[in-house]
Amino acid sequence: MRENSGTLEEAVSIRAADKVFNPDSDNEVQALLGIDLDIKEGDFISLIGPSGCGKSTLLRLIADLLTPTAGEVEVFGKTANEARLDQDYGMVFQHSGLFDWRDVSANIELPLELKGWSKVDRRKRSREMLELVRLEEFKDHYPRQLSGGMQQRVSIARALSFEPRLLLMDEPFGALDEMTREHMQVELLRIWRETGTTVVFVTHSIPEAAFLSSKVVVLSPRPGRIHSEITVDLGDRTDETREDPEFFKATTEVREALRAVEAG
Amino acid sequence: MKNNRLTAVLPPVLVGITGLALWEGAVTVFEIKEFLLPKPSSIWARLIEEWGVLRHATWETGKIAISGLLIGILLGVLLALITNRFKVLNDGLTPFAIAINATPIVALAPIFNVWFGLTGTFSNQAVVIAVVFFPVFINTAKGLNEVHPNEIELMHSYASGDWTILREVRIPNALPFFANSLRLAAPLSVIAAIVAEYFGGPQDRIGNVITSSAGFAKYDVAWAAIAMASGLGLLLFGSALVTERLSMPWRISGDIKDN
Repeated sequence: MRENSGTLEEAVSIRAADKVFNPDSDNEVQALLGIDLDIKEGDFISLIGPSGCGKSTLLRLIADLLTPTAGEVEVFGKTANEARLDQDYGMVFQHSGLFDWRDVSANIELPLELKGWSKVDRRKRSREMLELVRLEEFKDHYPRQLSGGMQQRVSIARALSFEPRLLLMDEPFGALDEMTREHMQVELLRIWRETGTTVVFVTHSIPEAAFLSSKVVVLSPRPGRIHSEITVDLGDRTDETREDPEFFKATTEVREALRAVEAG
Repeated sequence: MKNNRLTAVLPPVLVGITGLALWEGAVTVFEIKEFLLPKPSSIWARLIEEWGVLRHATWETGKIAISGLLIGILLGVLLALITNRFKVLNDGLTPFAIAINATPIVALAPIFNVWFGLTGTFSNQAVVIAVVFFPVFINTAKGLNEVHPNEIELMHSYASGDWTILREVRIPNALPFFANSLRLAAPLSVIAAIVAEYFGGPQDRIGNVITSSAGFAKYDVAWAAIAMASGLGLLLFGSALVTERLSMPWRISGDIKDN
């Protein structure tokens, strides 16, 4: 695993990005307007906002799954397109996107297979990843045999299998029950610390954003703009942190920003 | 596992045996005329007696059903793959395919005799192909198309192109849909072959044995032929199930784990 280098290199840099869906038609939608955002290497950034604020769209601009209508998106100093073709990021969705027909190991090995890794190297890496997400004994199971939380852990293992420097997550714990969700948050922070990967995390949960992030980016809807950026420093977080006054302060700050957004 | 299989097989076998026994008993007790409903034992006796004719007829009908089934599957899958590549084609063809599939295609058998000849086997085979083609095409095309958008985005994040997505996502995703269409198409192929034989083609097939035996009041022979046809249908349905099992090991899902 890569060391947490601590350098403050720019992981993502977005300048004056706009996104318009269906331009010049009756159902034209201005999804994002004038987005400026810098994400430092090693950061854990949450994007939060009411539905329709374009947080998932913003994530897809970074991933080059969508192209901005105007403005620039750079990932590790390259265009987002170059970064995608170089596979500089791994992605995790709310729908785990695990393939039913591949067992857990084979799902984790898919990106490595597409890169042409040898079977031996693939097996070795998938073992390491299973260890990282603590699912060693489930390597031969099919996704359908796993719970939602376990599926998301496999999905994270797959996204990190080729050691990307950036992890993009689109409401990854949105479909999980509250207890599993909190457990997964602690697990994700551990993985983040162990791998030193930069994380961009889309969520609509206030406590989730406050608990996980080094910075919470609050978006306002129609058109999506950045309303505010809230820096959070809760240090090493455990389940006890959730009862900490500092955590309460952070959630309050995020909540008030969201209220301001809703009030328009 | 072994126990599970036994408990799964036992009830239908028991019901089957009881059913045959009740049938036999009812025909005897209520003195039902043999031409209305022969006893299972007399059908069995006729099946042994006429085995030569029945075996030949079943074999010939089976060849038409199976070859038509295979050609229909091949054409259906091919067209599904082609329409998946070209969205316009898919949007244009699918509604028509669904509409045609809802019509009784076997009703076309006499027309096919005019098109492809009354005495050859091809018009019968063409009915089977047509009956098999539509469900296979419609279901496979659906399976190739109905992929979760996140799965496509994931593949794009790996810088994968359309061919890789077809191979790694669309085709495996379509397998269960294809398997469902096989369950429909396999028994349909036998039905289609027999109905087509009622209208034309060579005269030594199961369909002909049924019509001519009934015509000469040899109802027990007709019933024996029907039993053979049922066996053929079950055999093809069974093959479809085995193919499904073997091609999709992940479908035999074990227990669901809690977090």
